[in-house]
Amino acid sequence: MNNIGLATPEIFLLCAICIILVGDLFVAEERRPLAYMLSQVSLLITLLLTWYISPATGSVTAFSGSFVMDQMSNVCKSWILIVSIGVFLYSRDYVNSRKITSGEYYTLALSGVLGMMIMVSSSTMLTLYLGLELLSLSLYALVALNRHDARSSEAAMKYFVLGALASGALLYGISMIYGATGSLHFDQIAVKLAEDSNSTAAIFGLAFVVVGIAFKFGAAPFHMWVPDVYDGAPTSVALYISAAPKIAAFALAMRFLVDGLGTAHGSWQGMLIILAVMSLVLGNIIALAQVSFKRLLAYSTISHVGFILMGILAGTNEGYAAAMFYAITYAITSMGAFGIILAMDRMDVDINLLTDLRGLFRRNPVYAAVMMVLLVSMTGVPPTVGFYAKLAVLKAVVDVDLIWLAVIAVVMSVVGAFYYLRVIKYMFFDDPAEPTPVVAPFDVQLGLTLNGAAMIFFGFFPGLIMVACMAAFAG
Amino acid sequence: MPILSIIIWLTIIGGLAVLFVGDQRCRPIALAVSVVAFLFSLPLYFGFDKNTAEMQFVENVAWLPSFDINYALGVDGIAMPLILLTTFINIIVVISAWEVIKDKPAMYLASFLIMTGFMVGVFAATDAILFYIFFEATLIPMFLIIGIWGGPRRVYATIKFFLYTFLGSVFMLVALIYLYTQADSFSIAAFHQVPLASGAQTLIFFAFFVAFAVKIPMWPVHTWLPDAHVEAPTAGSAVLAAIMLKMGGYGFLRFSLPVVPDASQQLAWLMILLSLIAVVYIGFVALAQIDMKKLIAYSSISHMGFVTLGMFIVFGALDNTVEGDVTDHAALGIEGAMVQMISHGFISAAMFLCVGVIYDRMHSRLISDYGGVANTMPVFAAFMVFFAMANAGLPGTSGFVGEFMVILASFKANFWFAFLAATTLILGAAYTLWMIKRVVFGEIANEKVAALTDVTRREKFMLGLLAAMVLFFGLWPQPLVDVMHASVANLVQHVTISKL
Repeated sequence: MNNIGLATPEIFLLCAICIILVGDLFVAEERRPLAYMLSQVSLLITLLLTWYISPATGSVTAFSGSFVMDQMSNVCKSWILIVSIGVFLYSRDYVNSRKITSGEYYTLALSGVLGMMIMVSSSTMLTLYLGLELLSLSLYALVALNRHDARSSEAAMKYFVLGALASGALLYGISMIYGATGSLHFDQIAVKLAEDSNSTAAIFGLAFVVVGIAFKFGAAPFHMWVPDVYDGAPTSVALYISAAPKIAAFALAMRFLVDGLGTAHGSWQGMLIILAVMSLVLGNIIALAQVSFKRLLAYSTISHVGFILMGILAGTNEGYAAAMFYAITYAITSMGAFGIILAMDRMDVDINLLTDLRGLFRRNPVYAAVMMVLLVSMTGVPPTVGFYAKLAVLKAVVDVDLIWLAVIAVVMSVVGAFYYLRVIKYMFFDDPAEPTPVVAPFDVQLGLTLNGAAMIFFGFFPGLIMVACMAAFAG
Repeated sequence: MPILSIIIWLTIIGGLAVLFVGDQRCRPIALAVSVVAFLFSLPLYFGFDKNTAEMQFVENVAWLPSFDINYALGVDGIAMPLILLTTFINIIVVISAWEVIKDKPAMYLASFLIMTGFMVGVFAATDAILFYIFFEATLIPMFLIIGIWGGPRRVYATIKFFLYTFLGSVFMLVALIYLYTQADSFSIAAFHQVPLASGAQTLIFFAFFVAFAVKIPMWPVHTWLPDAHVEAPTAGSAVLAAIMLKMGGYGFLRFSLPVVPDASQQLAWLMILLSLIAVVYIGFVALAQIDMKKLIAYSSISHMGFVTLGMFIVFGALDNTVEGDVTDHAALGIEGAMVQMISHGFISAAMFLCVGVIYDRMHSRLISDYGGVANTMPVFAAFMVFFAMANAGLPGTSGFVGEFMVILASFKANFWFAFLAATTLILGAAYTLWMIKRVVFGEIANEKVAALTDVTRREKFMLGLLAAMVLFFGLWPQPLVDVMHASVANLVQHVTISKL
C-alpha cells in the first residue's frame, strides 16, 4: 500500500534540502546565515511533522512494506532531529569563521539527517542500505569539506576507503541473507528463519552484516577510522559524526539483528560479545595514552559503543530499551563535549591537546562546569544521566546471566574514569596558559548550559526518556 | 512532614543558592542553611520510637517505575545517629571555613553543603539504587574539594581517592543488580529476606567488601586515606574522617551482615584478622609519622579497625554464649562499633580542626616544626590535649565507651582477639600523646611558635561544641545506645538466620 503520508517528514526534509542547496547559490556572500536559519527551521518543522503523524501505538508500513513507522522509529527520529538542531547551533560560528562553504555544509549535513531518518524507518534491507549510504556519502564529503587541510583530506580518504569496504561487506551479507531466505523484508526474513534457523547461508551473511554494523558504530576491531576522523575532520563535522549517527547506528543494528535476524540471536550474540568486550577494553585503555582531546573522545566513544552493544546483545526488550537509552543520552553528552571544544575553537586556534583545556575553569566557569558534568556523565557517576544508561545496560546483561560481562564493563568504567578525571583536573586544578576569557554568543551559551543541565535533569528524572524507550519495545 | 527529604534537599538546594549568591555573601547563608538542616534533623531523634526496629519517618515514591527504583527513605536506630552526626559536623565545617578559605569560598561552602545532602541520603536511603546514587554522588564534591583547595600533591591524592572508591563501588553495583534479579525489588528490606546460595553469597560478600572496605578503610586497601587526608583542606579532612568513613561501616551493617549472613559468618575470620592488623599494625605505623595529619589519618584507620572488629565479632560472640539472652553479647559488639563510629566522628573532626588551627598560623604540618605551643596558645593547648586524650580512649570521653564495648564483646568470642584489640589503648595513647608532647609541650621551639596567637572566638566556639559532645557521650552514652538497641537486636536476629 502506498501510504505516502507516513513519509511526510522525510519528503519535507528532502524538499527543504533542495531549496537550501539551490537557494544558496542565489544568495550574496554576506547573507549566507540564511542557510543556517533555513536548516534549523526545516529541522524543527520535520520534528513537528514527525510528532504530528506518529501513530499512538503499533506500527504502520508504507511503500509496499519497505517503510515502517513504529514507536522505535519515532523515538529515534525525534532524538536524531533534536540532537541535529543542537549540532547545527554549536557549529554555526565555526562554519562561519573557518570560511567553510556553509551552503554545502548544511545541505550535506541535512542529507545525512535524511539518511538517518530513512535508516530508522526502513523495513527492508534495501531501504536500510539506501539510508545508510545517503548518510555515509554525506559524511565522507563533510569530512573532506576543509579541502585545503591535509589532515582533513587524509581523514576523509581513510574514512571513505574503509567505509566503502564496510558497505561492501554489508551488501554482501545482505545478498547472502536474501539468497537464503528469498526476501528483502525483515518480517519475512524472520518468518523464513524461524522455519530454518540453522541456515548456513544466512549465518554466513549475518557475519558480514555484523561487520558492517560494527564499522558504522565504530566498534573495535573495526574502529580504526574513528580517531583519525575525529581528529582530522573539521571540528563541527566531528561533532556531527559523534552525536546523531550513534542513534542511527543503533537503529541499523536493531532493524537487521532483531527485526530481521531475531531468531538467530544465539549466533549474533556471541559476535556482539566479542565486539563489546574489545570495544570496552581497547577504547578505554588506548584512551589513557591520548594527549589529543579529540582522539581521547574518539576512543571514549568506542568504549561507549561497547555499552550500546551490550544492551543489544542481551536480546531482551529491556536490553534494547537500555541500548536505545544509552545511544540517545550518549549522543546528547557527546554533542555537549564537542560543543565546548567548538566554543573554545572560535579564536582561530583549534583546541586539540588536552593541555589546551588547562584552566578553563578560570577562563569560563560555566563551560568548565558543563564540561565537568558531561565528563562525569560519561564516567557514569550519579546523579548524572550517564549512570542510568550504564545501570540499564548492566541490568539487562545481568538479567541474562552474563555477569562476567557486566564485571568487565564496570572495571573498564573505572579505567575510563581516570582519563575523564584527568580532563577535569586540567580544567579545574591547573592554571590557564593564557587567562583570556572564553566567550560565545548568547544562544550557544544557552544551548551549552541547557546541555549540561539536561545531564543532571535527566539524572534526576531518567524516566522521561526511559519510558519512551521501554514503550518502543513493549510489544 | 517528609523530614528526611527536607534535610537532603534543603542542603543541596541551599548549596546551589550559596553558589549563586557569590563570594561576598555566601558565608552567612551557608551557616543558616547548615543550622536549619541540623534543626530539622533534631525531630529525627526526639520523635524516634526506640522500641521498634522498623524504619521510621518513611517516605516512598515510585521514581523510576520501569526499573522498580523507588525514592524510598527511612531511618532506623543505626542510620539516625549518623544523620545527626552529619548535619552537626556540617555546621562545624561551615564555621571552620569562615575566614580561612579566601579562594572561591562560595564554591567551597556549596560543595560541602551539597555533599552533606548526599551523605544524609546515603544513611537515609532504603532503596539500594538510591543508596548507590548517594554513595557515588559524594565523590564528585570531595574530588573537587581536595583538587581545588588541597595541598601540593592534591591532584595525585584526589584522583587516587576517586579511583579507589569508584573501583570499590562498581562491584557493589553489579552485586546490587544481581540481588535485584533474585529478589525482584531494589528495596534493601527485600534483599534482607531473599534466600541465596552459598557461592553467590561469597561473591556478593566480596563485592560489598571491596566497596565498604575501601571506604572505611581497612588494611590493605587503606592507602588512599593518608594521601587524601594530608592533601585535603582542613574541613575536607574533617568530613572525610567524621562521616565519609562511616559510610563504609554503615554499609557493612546495612548490606554485608544481613544480606549475606552465611558468607559473613564463614569469612568473619578474615574480617577479624584484617581488623586486628589495622588496629595493631596501623597503630605502629601511626607511631612513626612525622606529619600530624598523616598521624591522625592512620589513627583513624586504626580506630576503624575497631569498628569492623565489633561488627564481625558477632559470630564468635554468638557461638560462645551459653546463658542469658543470646543476642545480648553479640549486640554489644555492634553497638560498640556504632558508638565508636559516632564518637570517632566528633574526635577525628576535632583533631583535624586542631591541626587546621595551627596550620593556618604556621603553614606546616610537620611535628618537628612545632614545640611548646602551650606557652603561646594555652586555650588551644587545652583543647588539643583534651581531644588527644579522647582519641587515646580516656575513660570519661566518648572514645572510651565504644572501644570498651568492643573489647568486652571480643572477650566473649576469643581472649586473644580481645588481647590484641586492647593493645590499641596502649598504642593509641602512645602515638597521640607522643605527638602532643612534641607539639604542645616543652620549650618554645622557634620564633614562629613564639609569635603564635591563641584561638579566636570562632575557633573556640567550634572546638568547644565538639568538646561538649565528646564529653557528653563519654559520661552519658545512654541516649545514644538506647535509640540503636532495638535495631541492633533486630540485626543480630537477622544474622543468625541462615539464608541458604
